[in-house]
Amino acid sequence: MATMPDEPSVRLASRQAPPFAGPPGPVTSRSEHPVRVEEDLMEARHAVRAAALAVDLGLVDQTRVVTAASELVRNAYIHGGGGVLVIEQLSRKGGRGIRLTVSDEGPGIPDLDAALNDGFSTGAGLGHGLGGARRLMHEFDVECPPGGGTTVRVTRWATG
Amino acid sequence: MTGVRRATGVPILRLGDVLVTGLLEELDDRSATAFLDELTERITAEGATGVLIDISRLTIIDSFVARTLSELTTTARLLGTRVIVAGMRPPVAITLVELGLRLDGVETALTAERGMAALGWFRTASSQEVGHGDHAG
Amino acid sequence: MSAIESAGRARVARALRDHEAEIAENWINLQVEQDVLVAGIGEGELRGEADQLVASLRGALADEQLPTARLAGEHAELRRTLADLSLRRARGGATPAAISLAVLALKDVVLEILRRSTRDATELFEAAVVLNRVLDAGGILAFDQYVATREEIISRQSRQLMELSTPVVRLWRHVLAVPLIGTLDTSRTQVVMESLLQSIKDDEAQVAIIDITGVAAVDTSVAHHLMQTVAAVRLMGADCVISGIRPPIAQTIAQLGVDLSAILTRATLADALAAALRITGDAPLPAGVGVGS
Repeated sequence: MATMPDEPSVRLASRQAPPFAGPPGPVTSRSEHPVRVEEDLMEARHAVRAAALAVDLGLVDQTRVVTAASELVRNAYIHGGGGVLVIEQLSRKGGRGIRLTVSDEGPGIPDLDAALNDGFSTGAGLGHGLGGARRLMHEFDVECPPGGGTTVRVTRWATG
Repeated sequence: MTGVRRATGVPILRLGDVLVTGLLEELDDRSATAFLDELTERITAEGATGVLIDISRLTIIDSFVARTLSELTTTARLLGTRVIVAGMRPPVAITLVELGLRLDGVETALTAERGMAALGWFRTASSQEVGHGDHAG
Repeated sequence: MSAIESAGRARVARALRDHEAEIAENWINLQVEQDVLVAGIGEGELRGEADQLVASLRGALADEQLPTARLAGEHAELRRTLADLSLRRARGGATPAAISLAVLALKDVVLEILRRSTRDATELFEAAVVLNRVLDAGGILAFDQYVATREEIISRQSRQLMELSTPVVRLWRHVLAVPLIGTLDTSRTQVVMESLLQSIKDDEAQVAIIDITGVAAVDTSVAHHLMQTVAAVRLMGADCVISGIRPPIAQTIAQLGVDLSAILTRATLADALAAALRITGDAPLPAGVGVGS
């Protein structure tokens, strides 16, 4: 279905209070991972785990970030027909962090509020993908431009 | 479809009426589905009354694996079989809860041993520590 | 370094040497006048601090390797003196502004001395430029030091507080308890959950008691956090008992419409322990009965 040219881009951002926020610092490392075939899901998880280790996230935080990545990458693979994951290691006063950006060229998300509500799913999974990833991360930002495609950006900072 | 699929490579042992199996560090979606199918087949084929799944090595449970475990439990219950998931790691439990998943209906045990006990299996040597002598007044 | 700057530095250094005692004393007086001192620092300590600053400032000015503006930050002794001063006054409760002003006040004092010793406007100007450069940087350094110290103290204390306020205690064989005190927010909940779950695993505990006698108030988010913790404990394969729900809190929970029906609750920690022992199979002994060994 063609979209109206003046249809606004759907956008949602949220932020759980991150610990001792300093100004966002520089990106210390960046890598790109394609999400084309099912094996890429596993590759993406491993890359995220390695990056989480590199920025000294604790074991629980590593698990949160890898799980969130798994949800987002699966969404891009199933609903978006594939896409790309960008992993960035961040550094700022008060701690380091990791930012994941998953984008796909799929049809986008028709009803973002519903998608963030638990139980909603248009494909495999329990529908906890998007909402779950939001709860596991400190910062969450999703954008669906009218032309299609979805970009989700999430960040978690090391605590303590 | 006939024959036993071995896509997962996860061994499933049979101890009396109980099937015992354990998952490794992580599970991709395809293996999770294959595991579900294989275990369901074995339950019916062997008339198991109980299934113990040791997940003490599993480092991540996302919504797909969680759904697989829930489905397995429900399917097994319909077949008259009790499933116990044992040994979930603390980071995995915390993440699951924050993800919004409670694994409703799935029975859990702290260790494989406790799970087996719940399914009616006991170690021959008593696992109970003996006596309260140190609390004597 | 230019010859002019060099001469200016020598002039300031000479003034510091020749009028050491007077400068120290005037500096203290000026600080009293400007009301930048805090109670709790003795007269002797103030004098020692003043002497130390005058001496290290003189030492720094004599170091020809360093440009004037970088003396405060890079001359080891001057830097340490300023850092100590900042730390001492911060502990006494001084504001960062007061600490900076105190350092800057030294400019006026030295300038006054210089004005008495020379009639030459150019010489005075050169000396004033040197004084400004070194002490402006000094004031900023003292300010920065204060902020850095405070930040470190705050983050360390909040971590310690977090850990201290969530002790997991072993009440009985296979029974753990965590008494919660104060407020329960998201980050506290995460710390509690993490240490409780790890202890459950380490102790192979069967029951975890969460005692909320010390929790100030329960709102929807606190109730939600409690439910999350209970859910995580169950996923681990252990049972959870919540104790210490005081009447006003019970009322709040009822009004909030939070469904705690699936959760085992007891009025007191003792009742919770009794319930826990029934779960583990260690029935509590009647009062007064000991066990012979």
